[in-house]
Amino acid sequence: MALDWKVFCLDTIDKAPVSGCFSSGDQQTYLGWLLAAWGQTVIVALLSLIVALVVGSIIGTVRTLPNSPWLSRFANAWVELFRNIPLLVQIFLWYHVMPVLIPVFADTPKMVLVVMGLGLFTSARIAEQVRAGIQALPRGQRYAGMAMGFTTPQYYRYVLLPMAFRIILPPLTSESMNIFKNSSVAFAVSVTELTFFAQQAGEETSRGIEIYMAVTLLYVISAFAINRIMTFIEKRVRVPGFVASTGAGGH
Amino acid sequence: MKKQLLALAIAAVATGAAFAQANDTIAKAKAAGKVVMGVRESSAPLSYTLGDGRFTGYHVELCQRILKAVVPTAAVEYLPVTSANRIPLVQNGTVDIECGSTTNNATRQKDVSFALTTYVTEVRTAVKATSKIKSIADLKGKTVATTTGTTSVALLRKNKRAEGLTFTEVYGKDHADSFLLLESGRADAFVMDDNILAGLIASSKSPKDYAIVGETLNVEPIAIMIRKDDPNFKKAVDDYIKGAIKAGELNLLYTKWFMQPIPPKNTSVNLPMGKILTGLLKAPNDKPAEEFNK
Repeated sequence: MALDWKVFCLDTIDKAPVSGCFSSGDQQTYLGWLLAAWGQTVIVALLSLIVALVVGSIIGTVRTLPNSPWLSRFANAWVELFRNIPLLVQIFLWYHVMPVLIPVFADTPKMVLVVMGLGLFTSARIAEQVRAGIQALPRGQRYAGMAMGFTTPQYYRYVLLPMAFRIILPPLTSESMNIFKNSSVAFAVSVTELTFFAQQAGEETSRGIEIYMAVTLLYVISAFAINRIMTFIEKRVRVPGFVASTGAGGH
Repeated sequence: MKKQLLALAIAAVATGAAFAQANDTIAKAKAAGKVVMGVRESSAPLSYTLGDGRFTGYHVELCQRILKAVVPTAAVEYLPVTSANRIPLVQNGTVDIECGSTTNNATRQKDVSFALTTYVTEVRTAVKATSKIKSIADLKGKTVATTTGTTSVALLRKNKRAEGLTFTEVYGKDHADSFLLLESGRADAFVMDDNILAGLIASSKSPKDYAIVGETLNVEPIAIMIRKDDPNFKKAVDDYIKGAIKAGELNLLYTKWFMQPIPPKNTSVNLPMGKILTGLLKAPNDKPAEEFNK
């Protein structure tokens, strides 16, 4: 079976070849559609990443608070709830079940629901990493902070968290890349992202192999871009003589 | 040494014979003593499973009758196929005759052959019985559901541009999902093949709450699929279908699968034969979908 890359230059309605390959005005080509779908994937992934980082950091930190047993219990329950339900099921819960239970969600845009689903699912995983990072620090750091006269929020802000986040950057990189790949579930609730494009354009053109190859490439590019950005951050925030510098952890 | 030569010669003759049979389904079925029928797991009432590897449906029963007449000595082996693998499997000879719900269109005709059209699906709109939607024009400003990976998506896009309509599209990942969108009120209408709509409505909680309305958006001839360049087999299959139409056998089959209660739930799809198929039975052909939608 010979590969036919001209399929991307076809118009999506009348299947006529378009010169230049890109969409223009009313006319949409498969290449134009592919790029639009990539945009959707990137938007879903980045918004979910923001939700996941913010919520995950808060929950993860709360889990290590020394004198707030109820808050820690709530945070533990949060992590167990969101990491014990399959992602696809969570997306369906947000899309089909929540609007019935809580009417406010009925009019919420589907993109927001997907971002909530994907973001909160990942937040549980990030929370676990943040907790691990904080607990990996020597106990002396917490005591040193207290000895300086810092309040609890202060010694978390100035002593524990800056070190903990440096330690967990490598697993955070994986999680950020995962968000890009996991965003493919959004197709199941009508977000027109890359996986949706692959299924639909594959059916319309009977050129599934070329289309899946292009979509795979875009996923790889997206995830790898995140990987590079995170590696860059990791290098910039490295504390000489501490964890990340040796590559082997330990202190 | 002589034995080896003999074995080699036999092998050579056997492969030669196999090659000769590659495009002669009837000879291949007679030689192998079996014929492989490609079937679908959930394309009721055309082709679907009852569990335990048993398959049934309008097209399955028709194929069983055809094979019994054309290759009576061959045992029938059933192989479930999917939308994605059905054409490659017919092309490479794994499946001899595909009896599912495959649309005969010009793109596919480059790769495979189709028997005479035996079912015509019309793309229409399902709505809640209480809704005021009666035609495509009423979809203006509404939310319309359809299923990812179907021809209906392209169709909606086309209509939207041609008639200057503005409506929001939502996509289900499969037909059950799309129907849920309609049921839960996330969509005002569900555009899909009429037999699929009728089937979903028949098996829903309260079939009376839904109606299939509006003009036909597209016509798709559905046919039995066979290998390309096998004129003998195609002629045999087509001849049987022509005979079945003349004898009224096909009409009976249609009534059995589309108008009467069918397993496993013993509910009826209740979809009377459309005008286009009625016309086709008077003058059968194997034209692709493009010819119907000019």
